[in-house]
Amino acid sequence: MKILVAISNVPDTTTKIAFSDNDTKFSTQGVQFIINPYDEWYALVRALELKEAGKATAVTLFHVGLVDSEATIRKGLALGADDAVRVNAESPDSFFVAEQIAKYAKDNAYDLILVGKETINYNGSSVGGMIGGLLDFPFVSLATKLDVNGNTATIEHDIDGGIQVVECATPLVISCSKGMAEQRIPNMRGIMAARTKPITVVEATTDAPLTNIKSFALTAGRTTCKYIDANNVEELVSLLHNEAKVI
Amino acid sequence: MSVLVYIEIAKGKVKKASLEATNYAAQIATQLGTSATAIAFNADAAQTEEIGKAGAKKVLVVKGDQYKNNDAVYLSAAIEQAAKAEGAKVIITSFDVTGKSLAPRLSAKLKAGLVAGAVDYPTVNGNVLEVKKNVFSGKATAIYTINSDVKIISLMPNSFPVKLSDNKAEVADFAVDLNGITSKIVIKETKSTDTAGMIPLPEAELVVSAGRGLKGPENWGIIEDLAKAIGATTACSRPVADMHWRPHHEHVGQTGIAIRPNLYIAIGISGAIQHLAGVNGSKTIVVINTDKEAPFFKSADYGIIGDAFEVVPKLTEAIKKLKANN
Repeated sequence: MKILVAISNVPDTTTKIAFSDNDTKFSTQGVQFIINPYDEWYALVRALELKEAGKATAVTLFHVGLVDSEATIRKGLALGADDAVRVNAESPDSFFVAEQIAKYAKDNAYDLILVGKETINYNGSSVGGMIGGLLDFPFVSLATKLDVNGNTATIEHDIDGGIQVVECATPLVISCSKGMAEQRIPNMRGIMAARTKPITVVEATTDAPLTNIKSFALTAGRTTCKYIDANNVEELVSLLHNEAKVI
Repeated sequence: MSVLVYIEIAKGKVKKASLEATNYAAQIATQLGTSATAIAFNADAAQTEEIGKAGAKKVLVVKGDQYKNNDAVYLSAAIEQAAKAEGAKVIITSFDVTGKSLAPRLSAKLKAGLVAGAVDYPTVNGNVLEVKKNVFSGKATAIYTINSDVKIISLMPNSFPVKLSDNKAEVADFAVDLNGITSKIVIKETKSTDTAGMIPLPEAELVVSAGRGLKGPENWGIIEDLAKAIGATTACSRPVADMHWRPHHEHVGQTGIAIRPNLYIAIGISGAIQHLAGVNGSKTIVVINTDKEAPFFKSADYGIIGDAFEVVPKLTEAIKKLKANN
């Protein structure tokens, strides 16, 4: 069983967001980049666990991004992935990313395509479902548990107000969420080994993008906090009822 | 050239998110000089009537058992056919659990540009639609241009109003050809996580959340009592979920779930950036914390500096009094 894990290169969670070029680009100055947490802690770690359990033969990382992303890809290789593929392009949107993954997964016969449930920079939650549509593969979203037996995946995933357990024959696409695995720290041996693992660079497809970002804007913060005395909670209730009108 | 909106029916009722989507679809249909058509699966007369009141000129009703589990394979096939039949150039869904599987699949099948999680109405610019959505976990917004011929917008829940009118929709059965289409996903078990009659967190409009300031899981009684008094759903911060004081589906934050309730009360939560990312879309935020330097106060509308164990029970009593008098 071959597993393809798609990873995104994202600003770390404490980054102060800023834009440049007249608010048309995300400013990377001083920004620390990491692998999207959902891709790393859940999709990648689970794939590695399946390999360690002898249920998968190979774990390949797939990334769409320019050469500056290679440091982030090496972190994934340090955790234990076997190799990586980088599509040399700056992605305009989720569909572009999905197209690249779908093409590579199909040409190289991957059985499981794992993505994180969303990226913390674009929050689209779309790439997994798009790959499913492009390849006509089943797609299971918001998976919190994954096991594989032969060609069948057993998946627990979140649905409205509950949890559902499903089975599905491979090949399929799964988006991974909290609960699937625990974050790992790469060890020295992994970091050393990552240096010589292959990152194959491929060119992107050339279709015109379906969407792109015209401009960004920072979200206005809340103005000021109105403080209420701890001995006067009735005032808070009155404000919530009469002023905020939420209760 | 109509606008097609996907309707989800859950537990016998049209989902509020679907009514929001219908209102939105009707609005943009007017902008585009056309009308909104809704597509609903196994809907009855009461449900189609409500969809009409929310602004749909026509409701297409698709019947079939395959649709009962909201499997995107079947929903997408039906909607693709309806979109072709209606000449629909814009498709609207909600950015909820079903929408997050359905809209992307439709996007791929129709080569239709998708903006997922829209927070505003689109601007029409010739053949192009410009739509705003949140990015960087709500710290910013981005305006996307959709360049494709067919366009899909999924809406952030609880971001758009639901206005009902006297409008009566024309209701028609729509036959879908599912020949050769079978989903490989087999459902083995479904478990509910709905606790004690609380509205599921992603849909809750009132939320009471607590964190490490509560000191231990045994102290959550005061939180649950407050939630019950308000009619709110309980939530928690990440450390508390990681320590198993609260179930993981209560965790709101950057690596938990993002919510946009009308009211978010945060008790004993300091307000780290990662937590704020999950709740900054809330309309009103109340922070209760003993630490006056807690960063959360900078993102709050109302704050009480005080001991949760004293303040929260008093708040519960005051809420009960309000409800009794109104």
